[in-house]
Amino acid sequence: MREFRFIEEKIFRVLMFLSTAIIALALLLIVASILFKGIPAMSWEMLSQTPKGGFYFGKEGGILNAIIGSAYLSIGASVLAFSIGLPVALYMNVHMVKRKKMLNTIRFFLDLLWGVPSIVYGAFGFGVMIFFGFKTSLLAGIITVTIFIIPIMVRGMDEVLKTVPRGLLEASYSLGSTKSETAYRVFFKQSFAGIVTAFLLSFGRAIGDAASVLFTTGYTDSIPTSLMQPTATLPLSIFFQLSSPIEEVRTRAYASAVVLTLFILFISILSRYTTKRYQKNKIQF
Amino acid sequence: MEEKAKIRVRDLNLYIGRQHILKNVNVDIPKNKITVILGPSGCGKTTLLKSMNRLTDLYPEVKVSGNIFIGEEDILNTTSEITAIRKRMGLLSQRPYPLPMSIFNNIAFGLRISGRTKKRILDARVEHYLRQANLWEEVQYRLKDPASALSIGQQQRLCLARGLSVDPEIILADEPTSALDPLSSDVIEKKFVDLKENYTVVLVTHILRQARRIADNVIFMYMGEVIEQGTAEEVFNNPKEERTKQYLKGTFN
Repeated sequence: MREFRFIEEKIFRVLMFLSTAIIALALLLIVASILFKGIPAMSWEMLSQTPKGGFYFGKEGGILNAIIGSAYLSIGASVLAFSIGLPVALYMNVHMVKRKKMLNTIRFFLDLLWGVPSIVYGAFGFGVMIFFGFKTSLLAGIITVTIFIIPIMVRGMDEVLKTVPRGLLEASYSLGSTKSETAYRVFFKQSFAGIVTAFLLSFGRAIGDAASVLFTTGYTDSIPTSLMQPTATLPLSIFFQLSSPIEEVRTRAYASAVVLTLFILFISILSRYTTKRYQKNKIQF
Repeated sequence: MEEKAKIRVRDLNLYIGRQHILKNVNVDIPKNKITVILGPSGCGKTTLLKSMNRLTDLYPEVKVSGNIFIGEEDILNTTSEITAIRKRMGLLSQRPYPLPMSIFNNIAFGLRISGRTKKRILDARVEHYLRQANLWEEVQYRLKDPASALSIGQQQRLCLARGLSVDPEIILADEPTSALDPLSSDVIEKKFVDLKENYTVVLVTHILRQARRIADNVIFMYMGEVIEQGTAEEVFNNPKEERTKQYLKGTFN
């Protein structure tokens, strides 16, 4: 029987190695193909100019409108979602500890909302806009994307806050602190790194999503100067350029993809760096 | 009891769902003494301790009836703020739960939320309480370090100092030495003996020898009931109940 256990061990080790290799390879392939196609079309002009007259026929101009637009949109939506989502997640884990059934129901609905495709949020946002007579605008986009990422953010933070041990809750209460003091001074600090991760996960969804902004934010070649103007975004910029019949425009789509990827990479590195400083206060249980 | 007891529990019944956890508990805990709650695992010792602090409020499906008098106030039927009640008791749990902040701030936390925020006062108070818990010598040069960097034994002493910082009348300790090495346990035990001069100490333990060493009063519990209570001498040397005798002899089953 001993023989069999060793064979089993070997088989599983090979299987696990293969799965890891497949994932890593797929990821590498995606990044490589974007870089391979995108780098040649990359230029300072791409990053520093808005589309000029003949941009969509392969002439001069860049995607600055989409870069700025995406930054406005995703930062706006993430900050808004965070300022709504953090209190919700803390409320669930500090104030509602006693209400198990209610909590499970809330978690169930948040998970449902997480699973709803973003185009549905886009359509919903569009419907509301028509009802109130709004036009496509940065503000409408920010609100729609906020609604779309709140469940992701709340559940992300909730999963981390759930791991805070009961003893810490009791320790904080026995010092005479109120629920809010416990939530913001103890739970928030203990879960800080995880909360930042949840924020960035949502940020990534916000900046990368095309469907929810398609009807709500619209698209424009100029940089928005107010919340009420339509705004370009990187995913839509990639989409429009990629559907062009002109070869040169299509390669620019890959350059835009490189920009989007770098954006996300930069944010994650920044967060790793900042959370490390706060991580040291976390208590290991 | 000659003097009126500090904590008086009267007809306390506690249910979790349909389980009857505490059955008609009546105990008196005298002032400035160490009262040990003794009993096998799962007999309701910890639940009794936590109901004195109303931490039982935090658990779903808990139903409590009866009275718990702390001094003159019945904390189960009172209009005072729950935070004010809890501040009257310092809690030491089975394993240390330091707050996710620096050593200094762990002590300053309780002071700050009760409104003492002047730096000079904070510095002095933090030092005072760390000294009380025999921790000052070890941490005085690293007050800004995170509390998580301390050893478990040091963390437990930090938690003791933190508990004292809110100026409680009572110290509730729930098997505070069960996660500690013998040396740290010894420090905590000795500290309790010092502390009873100014505080009323309630200690839950299943370590018989520990109880013999420091108890003034003993409450023996079994299956949610108080079987016997009295002074340590009475209970240890001359137990009245058969079950207490068996437990003390180690022939309990």
